[in-house]
Amino acid sequence: MRLLFQLSGVALRSLWANKMRSSLTMLGVIIGVGAVIVMLGIGEGAKRQVSKRITSMGTNLLVVRPGFGRRSHVRGASVKTLVLKDAEAIKSQVPNIEAVAPEAGKNAQVKYFAKNTNTTILGTTEAYLSVNNFTLDEGRFIEPEDVQRRTKVAVIGATPAKELFEGGAAVGERIKVKGVNFEVIGVLKAKGQSGYRDPDAIVVVPVTTAMYRLFGIKNLRAINVQVANQKAMSNAQADIEDLLIRRHRIPEGAQPDFNIRNQAEILKTMNQVTETFTTLLAAVAFVSMLVGGIGIMNIMLVSVTERTREIGIRKAVGARQRHILFQFLVEAVVLSVLGGLLGIAAGLFAAHMVGKSGSWTTAVRTDSIVFAFSIAAGTGVFFGLYPAYKASRLDPIEALRYE
Amino acid sequence: MIRLTDITKEYHMGGEVVRALAGLSFHVGEGDYVAIMGPSGSGKSTLMNILGCLDKPTSGRYELAGEDVSKLAGDDLADVRNRRIGFVFQSFNLLSMSSAAENVALPLLYAGARNARARAMEALDRVGLAGRSGHRPNEMSGGQRQRVAIARALVTAPAIILADEPTGNLDTKTGIEILGLFEELHKEGSTIMMVTHEPEVAEYTERIVTVRDGLLGSDEPVGKRRRSGLHAAISDEPGDP
Repeated sequence: MRLLFQLSGVALRSLWANKMRSSLTMLGVIIGVGAVIVMLGIGEGAKRQVSKRITSMGTNLLVVRPGFGRRSHVRGASVKTLVLKDAEAIKSQVPNIEAVAPEAGKNAQVKYFAKNTNTTILGTTEAYLSVNNFTLDEGRFIEPEDVQRRTKVAVIGATPAKELFEGGAAVGERIKVKGVNFEVIGVLKAKGQSGYRDPDAIVVVPVTTAMYRLFGIKNLRAINVQVANQKAMSNAQADIEDLLIRRHRIPEGAQPDFNIRNQAEILKTMNQVTETFTTLLAAVAFVSMLVGGIGIMNIMLVSVTERTREIGIRKAVGARQRHILFQFLVEAVVLSVLGGLLGIAAGLFAAHMVGKSGSWTTAVRTDSIVFAFSIAAGTGVFFGLYPAYKASRLDPIEALRYE
Repeated sequence: MIRLTDITKEYHMGGEVVRALAGLSFHVGEGDYVAIMGPSGSGKSTLMNILGCLDKPTSGRYELAGEDVSKLAGDDLADVRNRRIGFVFQSFNLLSMSSAAENVALPLLYAGARNARARAMEALDRVGLAGRSGHRPNEMSGGQRQRVAIARALVTAPAIILADEPTGNLDTKTGIEILGLFEELHKEGSTIMMVTHEPEVAEYTERIVTVRDGLLGSDEPVGKRRRSGLHAAISDEPGDP
């Protein structure tokens, strides 16, 4: 044990004696490990952002929209198939449904004194808040009575709240939507911009008010269905499909006039995409780590050749093969472990800077650090083993004769 | 102390067998001071490698301090070198990055000895370099370097000290100093074998063994009269290489 300690000291001193060479060799490992950590961090960041964006729409969500399937571009208001009664039927006839929030509406001008903004007027019911994962900042949300009586009340999203009231009190104020007076009864908490769409750019009104008082439409643009739990989602999707096919009298074999999007499936697809992306990035980084490892091997081979005479002297005075092996292996391992640690620091720093730069979100997971570090240490041992073995097998007579 | 019986050594060179040693026998007793001489190609280097346990004979028996070492190889030979043999080389063979004390302590490192530092200092003191323990080889003169090498050979209290042309890289005056040191060690009871091709250096020993064509040529004691005479002759021309 003491001997191993002393041999490690010998190894460290020889690394120190070749500071420039040692640090350049380490640089290869630092870049490799750092790259792996940053790349995995970017991948993980992308994955988390996608998940966050999708779950921010609501959990266990099925969205029924008018139109022909996912591939069809004929969607939205132009296809008029979903009605309020469909939403009610889903709620009362399909099992394992937590809540149903119909959506009807259009873009319209909203005015508050001299200020105005163009935003989405979203007609819905009291269920919308929980189904679509919104929370109230102040005031109250739409209640069943508002829907029943088609009251002219509005809950405004964070974006119009900012544009119209600029931080001032909104609840109790009156705004004009398409020239009709509405009382602001609540303000929604901001979800934050995610992607190209601003989820906060809405003014929520009772669905009946939107359909019959404001826009004179009979159709919904979507029905948001919250399923009781994750497991029940595909069954619920099938049940809703059956129910609506029956209600819409779609002949057997024909294309239904609606489509259902399963949030869990979207999440899965998106995760697959980001995972592929992460794997690719990691593969590129891994190659650079391999290059770092080969750098270690290269330097160790040079070092063994250069120190042939030293090895000869050590063997002449009685060093065993494993003593020489250990000494050179320690050098390689120290290079890779130290390089690995510095690489982790460099990787964390780079990931932080990339995250700060704004265009990417990064999230470095502990296991990716452990992964990168153990690969680095592993390459050190692997690539250090051959040169060290070569050194340990030198013939002392030949080695002493080496100039 | 050393007993060689019918030692042969063959090398294979491109399908041809070269016989470097062709059945060599001799005996060295404890406390002997022996010179090995012979022209180049006589097999004297091969003999030295075998005596030093750096190589093993093709056949024959080599007893070192009562142990048959002729069948040993690899790490077992390394152990014998570590415990039984002290080397002094023509080109010193010190580690350039290490201090004198570290160089002397090197065999003790591999022996796993506890009081390595103290023993190294003791050995340096014995060769008259107590004050230079922290110096590196490149900060010392040739004579001092060879003294460090001798201290390294002494430090494990080996059965035998093998010196391969120890004065070959030194000027005459320094060479004589080194030979004086060997003389002292011999008087203190060390067993010393020295390879040299200079007859006047060989005269310092007590017995000269010559090797010729892989066989023992002659083996005779050095005459007392000749010895003191040559000693005087060399001492008369100091510093002249």
